[in-house]
Amino acid sequence: MSDTHAQTVAYVRDTMLDQQDPPLNQVGAVKWIRENLFSGWLNILLTLLSLWVVYAALSHLLPWALRGIWDASNLSECRALAAERYGADASVACWAVLAERWPQLIFGFFPKELYWRPILAFLLFLAAVAPVLFSSVPRKMLWVTALAPFALFWLIWGGSIWGPIAAILGFVIGWAIMTYAAPKIGALLAVILAIIVPVLYWLFVCGPLAGALASVVPLSLQTVATQKMGGFLLATIIGVSGIVLSLPLGILLALGRQSDMFIINKFSVAFIEIIRGVPLIVWLFTASLLLNYFLPPGTNFDLMLRVIIMVTLFSAAYIAEVVRGGLAALPKGQYEAADALGLDYWKSMRLIILPQALKISIPGIVNTFIGLFKDTTLVVFIGLLDPIGLSSSIRASTDWNGVYWELFVFIGLCFFIFCFSMGRYSLFLEKKLRREHR
Amino acid sequence: MATISDPPERGFRLSQLIFDTRYRSMTIQVVAMVLIGLLLSWLISNTIHNLEALGKDFNFGFLSQPAGYDINQQLIDYNNQMTHGRAALVGILNTLLVAVLGCALATVLGVIAGVLRLSNNWVVSRLTAVYVEGFRNVPLLLWIVLIFALMTESMPAPRDFRGEDGSSMLLGESVAITNRGVYIPNVVFSRSLGGNDVAAPEPEAPAAAAATTNMAGTYGASRIATGGAGVQTGQSGTSAAAGGEAGDGAAEGGEVIPTSSGWDWLLILAVLIAGGVGAKLLGTRAAHIQESTGKRPMTLPLQIAAVLVPLIVVLVGLGASLDKPHLGGFNFDGGVHLRNSLIALWLALSLYTGAFIAEIVRGGILAISKGQTEAAYALGLRPGTTMNLVILPQALRVIIPPLISQFLNLTKNSSLAIAVGYMDVRSTLGGITINQTGRELEGMLLLGLFYLVLSLLISGVMNLYNSSVKLKER
Repeated sequence: MSDTHAQTVAYVRDTMLDQQDPPLNQVGAVKWIRENLFSGWLNILLTLLSLWVVYAALSHLLPWALRGIWDASNLSECRALAAERYGADASVACWAVLAERWPQLIFGFFPKELYWRPILAFLLFLAAVAPVLFSSVPRKMLWVTALAPFALFWLIWGGSIWGPIAAILGFVIGWAIMTYAAPKIGALLAVILAIIVPVLYWLFVCGPLAGALASVVPLSLQTVATQKMGGFLLATIIGVSGIVLSLPLGILLALGRQSDMFIINKFSVAFIEIIRGVPLIVWLFTASLLLNYFLPPGTNFDLMLRVIIMVTLFSAAYIAEVVRGGLAALPKGQYEAADALGLDYWKSMRLIILPQALKISIPGIVNTFIGLFKDTTLVVFIGLLDPIGLSSSIRASTDWNGVYWELFVFIGLCFFIFCFSMGRYSLFLEKKLRREHR
Repeated sequence: MATISDPPERGFRLSQLIFDTRYRSMTIQVVAMVLIGLLLSWLISNTIHNLEALGKDFNFGFLSQPAGYDINQQLIDYNNQMTHGRAALVGILNTLLVAVLGCALATVLGVIAGVLRLSNNWVVSRLTAVYVEGFRNVPLLLWIVLIFALMTESMPAPRDFRGEDGSSMLLGESVAITNRGVYIPNVVFSRSLGGNDVAAPEPEAPAAAAATTNMAGTYGASRIATGGAGVQTGQSGTSAAAGGEAGDGAAEGGEVIPTSSGWDWLLILAVLIAGGVGAKLLGTRAAHIQESTGKRPMTLPLQIAAVLVPLIVVLVGLGASLDKPHLGGFNFDGGVHLRNSLIALWLALSLYTGAFIAEIVRGGILAISKGQTEAAYALGLRPGTTMNLVILPQALRVIIPPLISQFLNLTKNSSLAIAVGYMDVRSTLGGITINQTGRELEGMLLLGLFYLVLSLLISGVMNLYNSSVKLKER
């Protein structure tokens, strides 16, 4: 180009400026606060409002909870101590009620000297669920899981050890028929036999056998009646039995509802809709008031067992709907691929369809379980002593008449811990099983 | 040719019933049918035998016998001389009342919390998360009992409102929150369609007489006239009309007592609906004009006027006024008394279900990909229009089905009324009636049927709606 401008003063800077730090309000905490908390008038308003809510809640709750009285034997003593320590009109918690009554809230009226049994049972329960929940636990622990139901039953209710052992024998008989007789008599006959023979065994042989064994080698724990159980022990027993029993039943119902067979399909639909359409509390009243009408005269069985059956049926119907959603969400190609491989119905379900469908429905299933566990509190209305029922009976004693919040806080926290950890586990499982987008 | 590929003809063999997949499903179904039939007949024969052994029969005659118990909250006229059937109806209406109130509040709470949980504002989203997780993970029963205890234990007694330094009423001396419940103003009409009573000719205390006679029904029984008044049947209207006729004779004597009847509320509801339809028509007309001329006429003020003007005319015509609660002898008089049981049940159900709805709303909004918003902006739509025409229709499709199932849950959970003594259908039909008549079987059957029909109705309506908004594919 021409050199006309060769001698003119450069108006374009030819040296780089030194790099400078960004403005103070564009970095670090200040930037974060500006962007997240005070980005507009609505945001500022919301922030201030929520800060005020947090302050108002904490400024009432924290002094109340932290200054709480732990060493008193009744409410009036508690209030006297509070007045002495913090002035006449101080509002402080009376945690002494928990210090004195926590065994009752947790075990109900279980005999004090036998507390080790529910505690041991709880530890055994944890050991039994560990291999189911976490795949890193050695697989051999599954034997503990298989035997745990019988051991737990024996630990909690007591009685002769031969009863549970004789009951296990029934399963062994069924397994033996399936393994050794199936090649000789055909699969179908073996399945029918493996169902009928153990049932006959439990009905007619099991009891006398256990009695005979018990008379030879008496080995038993002190029996504890169901009426003595209460609090979180009761809630956990009902909740865990309901969860364990309702999952398989719910899956069966969902398969029934997806089935092509007219009668099976309609029966499943009717069952699911009737159960889901009526509140659990009505079903519980049905169990306590009406079951005697439906059973042969003179039949009388444990109220807790009735409740477990009702809770199981109830949550099975909900699980069936959740699983049905999972089944419907699978692409049709999966079903066709399973058929093309020549798998029969049960094999295709077990190996191809259900693993995927259940994976999809994990959040819904866990939500149902959480709901079931929370619903165990409803048993208070038919006379079982769940934690909320026990809080009323604690309040009915003259010592603690007028204690509300401390008990509610404790019960609420316990439920929160149980349910929240179930929810977190479901998130963990979802993340672990996610196959796409890794 | 075709005969080559045909399987050889063979007669039907019995083993095909089990081993041939064409026939096996029939076998299974027949076996299942027989088993279910056996089970049902076993249950029914047991029931018949048990009923015989107890000397009971199976009939619903008890529904027409006098009930003999009082119900402390009634939407329709009821006294203890009326039948068990009527008591059940009162309970049903109470269940529906708390369900409708709960669904409305829960939706509002849930939508607000769901949107706020997605907010960029850290404090707000954390606070909402605490609300959602806290309510979702603690049993509903505990919340009901807790709010009930909060109301009865921590609120001031009515006598605390006496004097200068006591508790004070809210919102211009019109709402009182006491440990016996919440008192809110009632809307009353001096020219009620059902006719007005006239004050007894005692000139010294017209105001007090007005306040006491205003409480229709037995002493102490409060009527919730707001909101639920639309469901008042003709019965209360006619009884009020009868009172009106009696009153007309003495009209020249005393002062007219403002009152409210179902007819007034029906009229107001009709006017509101007509106004809404009118506003909608105005909108359609504006759209037509816009399509033909390209210019949209002004609609919003007209639409507001179409709803408000007739309403105001009717309210003035009926002589509407607020009947504020005021301190009487030991308690508040006048206004509407919302009992603690209703308040506790309503708030707990709404807060609890609201937490679930918040998660549903959050999921629905997250389910709409960001590309939809960007595409709408690329088309030149403004943010408001984008929300209305693009995001919401798609988000609602995800939100509505689980939302309705939450409404169903709330309705069924309202049976927890038993914890606070709210007189819903389970307490009347499924509680006191069963205890008094000893008809457990019939009572529970009716109770179950009521809930079942209600659930099926709601889910039927929901399915209709759902199929109208769902994605139309090939």
